[in-house]
Amino acid sequence: MNMRKLTIISVLSLIGLFALIGAGCSGVPVGSSDSGAGGATINIQGTGATFPRPIYQKWMSEYGKIHPNVRLDYQSVGSGAGQRAILDRTADFGASDDPMKDEDLAKAGSELLHIPTVLGAVVLTYNLEEVKEQLKFTPEIVADIYLDKITKWNDPKIAAENEGVQLPDNNITPVYRSDSSGTTGVFTDYLAKTVPEFSERITYSKQPNWIQGVGIGGKGNEGVMGQVQKTPNTIGYVEVAYAKENDLPIALIKNKSGNFVEPSIENISAAAAGAEMPPDMRISITNADGANAYPISSFTYVLLYKEQQHESKGKALVDFLWWAVHDGSGYASDLHYAPLPDEVVKMVEEKLSSITSNGKALRE
Amino acid sequence: MAGTGTFADRVFRSVLIVLSSTVILIVVSMVAMMVWTSLPTIRMFGLEFLYSGEWQPASNVFGALPFIYGTIVSSLIAILIAVPISLGIAIFLVEQAPKSISSPAAFLVELLAAIPSVVYGLWGIFVLAPFIRNYLGPFFQDYFGWLPLFQGRLTGFGMLTGGIIMAIMVTPIITAVVRDVLEVVPNTQRDAALALGATKWETTLIVLQNASSGIAGAVVLGLGRALGETMAVTMVIGNSPQITASLFEPAYTIASVLAANFGEASDRLYLSALVEMGLVLFLVTFVVNALAKVLVLGVAKGTNAASKA
Amino acid sequence: MMDRNTHSRRKLVSGAMTLITAACAIAAIIVLVLILTYIAAKGLTTINYEFLTDTPKPVGEGGGIGNAIMGSALMTLLATAIGLPIGIGAGVYLAEFGENIFGNTVRFLADTLIGVPSIIVGIFIYTLIVLPMGRQSGLAGALSLAIIMIPIVARTTEEMIRLVPQSMREGALALGAPQWRVTWNIVMPAAASGIATGAMLSIARISGETAPLLFTALNSRFYNYFFDQPMASLTVQIYNYATGPFEIEHQMAWAATLILVGLILVINVLVRFLTKKKY
Repeated sequence: MNMRKLTIISVLSLIGLFALIGAGCSGVPVGSSDSGAGGATINIQGTGATFPRPIYQKWMSEYGKIHPNVRLDYQSVGSGAGQRAILDRTADFGASDDPMKDEDLAKAGSELLHIPTVLGAVVLTYNLEEVKEQLKFTPEIVADIYLDKITKWNDPKIAAENEGVQLPDNNITPVYRSDSSGTTGVFTDYLAKTVPEFSERITYSKQPNWIQGVGIGGKGNEGVMGQVQKTPNTIGYVEVAYAKENDLPIALIKNKSGNFVEPSIENISAAAAGAEMPPDMRISITNADGANAYPISSFTYVLLYKEQQHESKGKALVDFLWWAVHDGSGYASDLHYAPLPDEVVKMVEEKLSSITSNGKALRE
Repeated sequence: MAGTGTFADRVFRSVLIVLSSTVILIVVSMVAMMVWTSLPTIRMFGLEFLYSGEWQPASNVFGALPFIYGTIVSSLIAILIAVPISLGIAIFLVEQAPKSISSPAAFLVELLAAIPSVVYGLWGIFVLAPFIRNYLGPFFQDYFGWLPLFQGRLTGFGMLTGGIIMAIMVTPIITAVVRDVLEVVPNTQRDAALALGATKWETTLIVLQNASSGIAGAVVLGLGRALGETMAVTMVIGNSPQITASLFEPAYTIASVLAANFGEASDRLYLSALVEMGLVLFLVTFVVNALAKVLVLGVAKGTNAASKA
Repeated sequence: MMDRNTHSRRKLVSGAMTLITAACAIAAIIVLVLILTYIAAKGLTTINYEFLTDTPKPVGEGGGIGNAIMGSALMTLLATAIGLPIGIGAGVYLAEFGENIFGNTVRFLADTLIGVPSIIVGIFIYTLIVLPMGRQSGLAGALSLAIIMIPIVARTTEEMIRLVPQSMREGALALGAPQWRVTWNIVMPAAASGIATGAMLSIARISGETAPLLFTALNSRFYNYFFDQPMASLTVQIYNYATGPFEIEHQMAWAATLILVGLILVINVLVRFLTKKKY
């Protein structure tokens, strides 16, 4: 009898303990955001690309400080998942680096908009302890590694572009994205444009036909970066911020003009400079013209419906995006993203102004 | 034994029946959902889905073989490692060790089962994978490199790493069932063997023989767990759909491809292919678990100790 | 001579096997200790008040797992509130009335459900709850956990109730008590501590689940008290941090792991302490 009571008491106290820890935390003002003045809290959920995670998190954190009643959250689960979430309407906005394909857009019940937010670059990073110099790659070298035609680090093709570098006699392990990814989309878009064999065998896709048996997969930019970082002799492609934040080497890539260029903010902006932006803003700027253009650059997009179901939510989202491409752009360069060119910002303004709820424009 | 019920009795029992029905409802709707979602690929590929090795979502070509292969091989590795060790532990705890040692030791082994999968994954990424990459792998490649089993790229993330992690995870499960099975073998058998002059080990062998179908059940149960293991494996197996002889090369399992790709499959056919693999996994674990139950129950019934299992 | 030789060899084999089996047990315990000390060593350095209470921040600005602890606690609580009554009810039915086709079906399906990979439960709830609701939510996460919990609780409850001696039931029935009173007032109290033990272990089990939460509860950077919004959890947070590229997040993964494993071990040790006294 006594035993039974003791057990029941201990179960209850355990549940209580769990709840108490939670409750204890909740008392801390840092976390609770419904304390803000301006009326009811508005929850906005975005999911998608891992490519812009650092800048989106920064924006949301900063925007939250000015507008405490708007709770913006972003979970980076991959561009493919972002596109599915907006199609399934399980998120308020999706995010993708790779513009949606026509057949996917057709699945949406109503008009979906692509809003570019920043420019980024996909970089080749590698884990080679022996090599201190910055390696130079041509698109052919990168394609051949993923096509399993270059399997050693000291392959003559690599050596030819990197004179004077002591390349080790180790196997190369390419790392790719195991999930459906906009970063992969940008990367394969570039290689498919420049190397015909890559275009035929692996194809341009968010989830292309990787040669089976070549390399290892990682989930998200985080996953690929993590694999490269943890595994010697690997090479992987990631968003530039991920490589820079982790001090991993970044390869110079030969661009269309024949120069080996670095993914600096100026070089990424240079890739966007010559672009002829179409009205729906879906554009590829890989392999761009321009002497300094970094060839694997890309816009990254927020996806949202032109007709928003909830007025207050839609308005908050539009206001946030407006803020992001104006005031928010100041945070971009610190995180290695390039801000949008002025003429693109003008187009974004028009797009945002066209968003409605119940036929009423959400921003004048 | 309830007999004639009053009204209150009937109400009480009805409530319990309703609560019990949830179990049936959950399983039935789960199967129905999976069959419904996977109809497109079932119609389109039929059985070929199971033995085709081509997995190219971009071109809408779906063959589940690399995932089935990865699931089976990684689970077999786990079982190969875990079974002898689990048997050893269970024998030690039941037959060899004095109670004062066996009881706390049994508890510690059981704690291994309490550690969450994601924690094993974390440990696998930062401890086991580097260990295999830097020590175990080079050792095998230096001495047994001529075997295809040990060739290939050594990244630390691959079939073997997944198998070892799962071995650690299923060891306490197999151990627990084997212990139960050994404990239902009547002591008279041990006493008889000892009286005839058998050594402790020879006695143990006799006990093992009598419990053999139950032990087989324990192994099958462990296999069932390994087949469905998700997080830890996803984090260390390398996630690459390929079929190779090498233990070091990355692989992919059904559970981990579901975890990695289910959230983004916006294409109806792609989604269908993933869910069909889920269905396959469900059916396999279903059969395996049923088999395990039959085997364990056989021993328990045979020794008049049916209260277990 | 011969005979003595074989005898001593048999002795030797027997002794050697004792050593080998002991080595197996020791190996397993060493692995456990290795894992736990590694977690403790890695995790302790990062844990402080801010980490335990704050919400995640942009990389490099600190932040913590307060909301993840909260989310895990809330979802576990709701899952328990749903799963315990159903599980216990089903277990009572199985033990007291379950010797029929319906009972055998429930028992068999419960065993099946225990063996179902938890990722499949996540997919199920995604289709069933998340899609119609239009977003991931704490509710969906808790329901997934409840589905994992129900069969475990049902089967342990059944086992525990079967341990209650038949004579207790017969005594009460002989005194004219109705069946439901016998079950409710005699059998269930007698099995209560066993049922509670099973419940605690199942709570420990679901609080460590990750796979079913990935598509259902998603994650969140806020404290959430409402189950209609996405909810953070310790396990998903650990997974995100662990697979990510940032060293600082790896440290947070270890620290979060220490909290999670600590809680689960406390439950297990507590259960052990309570049941040991009983037997």
